[in-house]
Amino acid sequence: MKSLMSFARAFAANIAGHALRLFALFVTAARADWRGVGPEPVQRVYYANHTSNGDLPMIWAVLPAALRRQTRPVAAADYWLKNRLRAFCGRDVFRGVLIDRRPEVNDNPMDKILAALDEGSSLIIFPEGKRNMTDDPLLPFKSGLYNIAKARPDVDLVPTWVANLNTIMPKGEVIPLPLICTVTFGAPVHVAEDETREAFLARAGQALADLRPEDPA
Amino acid sequence: MTQTTMNLALLSLGVCGILVALSILGEVLRARLPAGQANPVLDTYQTRVQSWWTIVALVAIALMAGQFGAVLLSFFASFAALREFLTLTTKARADHLSLALAFFAVLPLQYLFVWMGWHSMFTVFIPVYAFLVLPVVSALRGQPARFLIRVAETQWALMICVFCLSHVPALLSLDIPQMGDSNVLLIAFLILVVQFGDLLEYWFGRRIGKHRIAPELSPKTREGMIAGLLSAAAIGAALHWITPFGVLGAAGMAAAASLFGMMGHLVFAAIKRDRGVRDWSHLIPGQGGVLNQLDSVLFAAPVFYHLTRYIWAT
Repeated sequence: MKSLMSFARAFAANIAGHALRLFALFVTAARADWRGVGPEPVQRVYYANHTSNGDLPMIWAVLPAALRRQTRPVAAADYWLKNRLRAFCGRDVFRGVLIDRRPEVNDNPMDKILAALDEGSSLIIFPEGKRNMTDDPLLPFKSGLYNIAKARPDVDLVPTWVANLNTIMPKGEVIPLPLICTVTFGAPVHVAEDETREAFLARAGQALADLRPEDPA
Repeated sequence: MTQTTMNLALLSLGVCGILVALSILGEVLRARLPAGQANPVLDTYQTRVQSWWTIVALVAIALMAGQFGAVLLSFFASFAALREFLTLTTKARADHLSLALAFFAVLPLQYLFVWMGWHSMFTVFIPVYAFLVLPVVSALRGQPARFLIRVAETQWALMICVFCLSHVPALLSLDIPQMGDSNVLLIAFLILVVQFGDLLEYWFGRRIGKHRIAPELSPKTREGMIAGLLSAAAIGAALHWITPFGVLGAAGMAAAASLFGMMGHLVFAAIKRDRGVRDWSHLIPGQGGVLNQLDSVLFAAPVFYHLTRYIWAT
């Protein structure tokens, strides 16, 4: 009985995933631009800019099926476990690595992230730590990206720029605009032997910001 | 099978024949390539022909499905075109609601009016009502920076992608005595003369073109345009049997549609150049976006519609 339930859950998650993907593609005609890497199924950490809650579904939707199945987003547990629908999306559809941000909880998020990498998954992370509401292209990165790069130096860190989503779905708006969203994957970065935390985070941030398309206006 | 369906099927067969020839030509060129050698020009050509097959199939099915099919296909084409256009225009947070209204209210309403055949409404809805209301919606959110540029670009997007394109299915609601219920053939006529005019203008321009008409914008030449217009007129005359225009009238209408089409192409080249893009999107393999494909039809459609209406409709 239990296995039947978990089968039904996995099946429903697959269907929901396809529906979500088709919806994202229909609304935004989302497209991947593999500029610095190809869509090969090797282990990667895709680190992306974060302007909207649509960022994650968009990156997820443009990944080819084989890559999508082995890629898990790192996301905030308080957001994704807020209600049953979100929990279903966060846990079953996206198979998120859910991080508890509450200060009183004393577990180390790096443990969960490294465990996911060690089981072979690729990851999607948003190193700014929160949604960027400013006019700057990027907020300063948190240390997580550096810690991952240090702990697992073989994994490719792929800068991933999601364009346009802050116009498609700004914070506080209800109706998304069906504009075209392009997700650009840049050349992977690795931490150098003697590179400091600040230098590496700045370099990784620059590699991501360089992928930003020029402002049309 | 009615006479109209019969004629549509004949036209589709003719176009398919041309596509078969173009496809075979591609394969012949491919076979003549030494093994393993890449040829990007040929690759693009073959992807384009493949996309053409899809477009021809879609248009043929839509036209055979009658008014509903034509309105539905144009509706989706307008949606895709508007999406490509507004992706590149100037916007601010304050425009979110007016842009949402453009997509989810103005666009469907315009096609509803076209479907109802409500001429006096669909010809003024966007130029008057949307023109007045959308800037108000943006202004109510109070963000003055680049206001005029923002509302003007949104209005231009609606005019070109929705208003102009909706004149294609609107041809079906014209009352033309000689045509009965076969107005759908006018759509086929318009698309065929404009698209073939474009293709032949390009072809002749590559061969005999010398004097560029707008060197900073596009490789279009005077010689290519004149040859393209004459070809369009000849194709129009050859297709006069599906129109109420007569032989000379059909040649003239084809030339007029083709002329506006080529000018539309030029205008769109200027916009793309300004925004620093080569293609509007990557929706159609080998061709770029829907707008890359439609730019000439967008300019030709309203002119073709009104000429037909003034001269031949009652």
